Amino acid sequence: MVIAHEFDYRRPASLAEAIDALSEHPGSVRVLAGGTDLVAWLRDDAVAPDLVVDIKDVPGLGDITVEDGVLSIGSLVTFTELIESELVAAHIPLFAEMAETVASTGIRNRATMVGNICSAVPSCDTGPVLLVFDTTVHVVGPAGERSIDINDWFVGLRQTALADDEVVTRVTINLRDHGGIYVKLMRYAGEDLAQAAVAIAAYADHEYRVAFGAVAPTPLRSTRIEEALNGKALGDTVVADAVAMVGGEISPITDMRASAEYRTRMTEVMLERGLWAATERLSGAGPEHGVRLI
Amino acid sequence: MQLKIKVNGEDWTVEAAPADVLLDVLREKLGVKSPKIGCERGDCGSCTIVLDDRTVRSCLVLAVEADGHEVTTVEGLNYEGLSELQDLMVGNNSFQCGFCAPGIVLAATELLEHNPNPTRHDVQEALAGNLCRCTGYEPIIEAVLSAGKGGPS
Repeated sequence: MVIAHEFDYRRPASLAEAIDALSEHPGSVRVLAGGTDLVAWLRDDAVAPDLVVDIKDVPGLGDITVEDGVLSIGSLVTFTELIESELVAAHIPLFAEMAETVASTGIRNRATMVGNICSAVPSCDTGPVLLVFDTTVHVVGPAGERSIDINDWFVGLRQTALADDEVVTRVTINLRDHGGIYVKLMRYAGEDLAQAAVAIAAYADHEYRVAFGAVAPTPLRSTRIEEALNGKALGDTVVADAVAMVGGEISPITDMRASAEYRTRMTEVMLERGLWAATERLSGAGPEHGVRLI
Repeated sequence: MQLKIKVNGEDWTVEAAPADVLLDVLREKLGVKSPKIGCERGDCGSCTIVLDDRTVRSCLVLAVEADGHEVTTVEGLNYEGLSELQDLMVGNNSFQCGFCAPGIVLAATELLEHNPNPTRHDVQEALAGNLCRCTGYEPIIEAVLSAGKGGPS
C-alpha cells in the first residue's frame, strides 16, 4: 500500500528555515522527526498535509543536557538515546524504564520522545511520565519562543497546545529528588501499546504525583488523587483510599485491546503497586529499574 | 526528486516522489529484495534495514529521508559469505519460510554489536518486534545466544 496523496517535502538546515517552511502552507503542514507515527498516518490517509517539514537536519535539537538542575531533552532525542543516556540514568531513570516499554528496537531507534507527545495518542507512554514532573515544552514559531506547561499541553484526543506554524525544540524537567515508576499493562511483554499505564513520582515530605495513560482521551494527571495522598505516609488505608478514587478519575474505552472494566480494575492494581514501589525507590530501595510490576 | 542513497556500499541516484516510502524504493527501484513488505505499519519487522548505524522500519521511512544517508540490508552485511550468526542460524534450522529472516538477522546483529553477550531476556527483547510464524522463535533465540558466546562449544 502506497501513500495515496502527494505532498511537498523540505528538510531545512536551521530553525529559522523550518519556521519559514511551516508558514508556507497554513493549516496543512506536518513536522517530521522520527516519522513512526506520521508515515503510518500518511499511509492511512489519517493526515493529508500539503507539506512535510523534516527537522532532522536542524542543529541543536538532538541533545540531552543537565544544567542548573534542569534536564533538557531535545526534540530529536530518540527512545533508544533515552535508554542509553548516562544523564537520564543518573537523574530520571524512570524515563529509560518507560522508553524500554515503547514498541520495539527498530521503532525506538527512530521515534522521539517529543514526537510522542506531539502525536498525543491516548496510550502515549511519554505523557504520564512527563506529567509527574515539573515539565515545560519549549516551542518556536513566527512570533518567537514560547513555553508551555506540560499540564496545558494535552488538550484533546491527538490534540496539543502546539500551533500549526510552531515546532517543539525541547522539553525541560526541573530535577528534584524523587522515586519514580512507570507501570504499563500490555497484552504480552514484547511489543504493544499500553492497555493502561500509571506513572508515579514520590517526593520528600510525602508529596506524590500521579498520572495515567490509555484510560482517557489524553494522558491524565490526577490532582485529586495527589491531594488525597499528599502529606500522608503510605499505609494500607491511605493507599486503599487513593485506589478507590481511580474509577471516578479515568474514563477508559472498550476496544479490541481491553474492556473498560478490565482497564479500570488493572489501573487500580497498578496504582497500588506503583505507590509502594515509587515510595520505596525514594528511600533508595524498591524494585530494580525495568522490573515489571504487572 | 533526485535522491542520493548509498545502499550496501554502492552510491545510487534514484528518482522518487516525497510520498514514496523507502521500502518500496529499495525493492521496486533499486531491486533490493531482502526487506519484505509485511504489515506496513512497523509492527512485524520484516522490512528492517540499517539506516546509517541503526535498524529502522523501512516501511515507516520516506525515501527522501534517506537522501544523503547510508542503507545496509542483509545483502550488504558480509561480502565474503555468511556472517557467523547467519551460519549458526542455518545450522540451527532457525528459519523455515525465511520471510522474517532478513529482519531478524539485522536486528540480532545490531544486538550483538551493542551487547556481545546477551542474556535470553536481552535477545527476546531485541527480537520482540520481529514476528516469525514458522519456527516458534526458539531456534532463532538459541542461535543468537550461541553467537553471543562466540559460537557453539
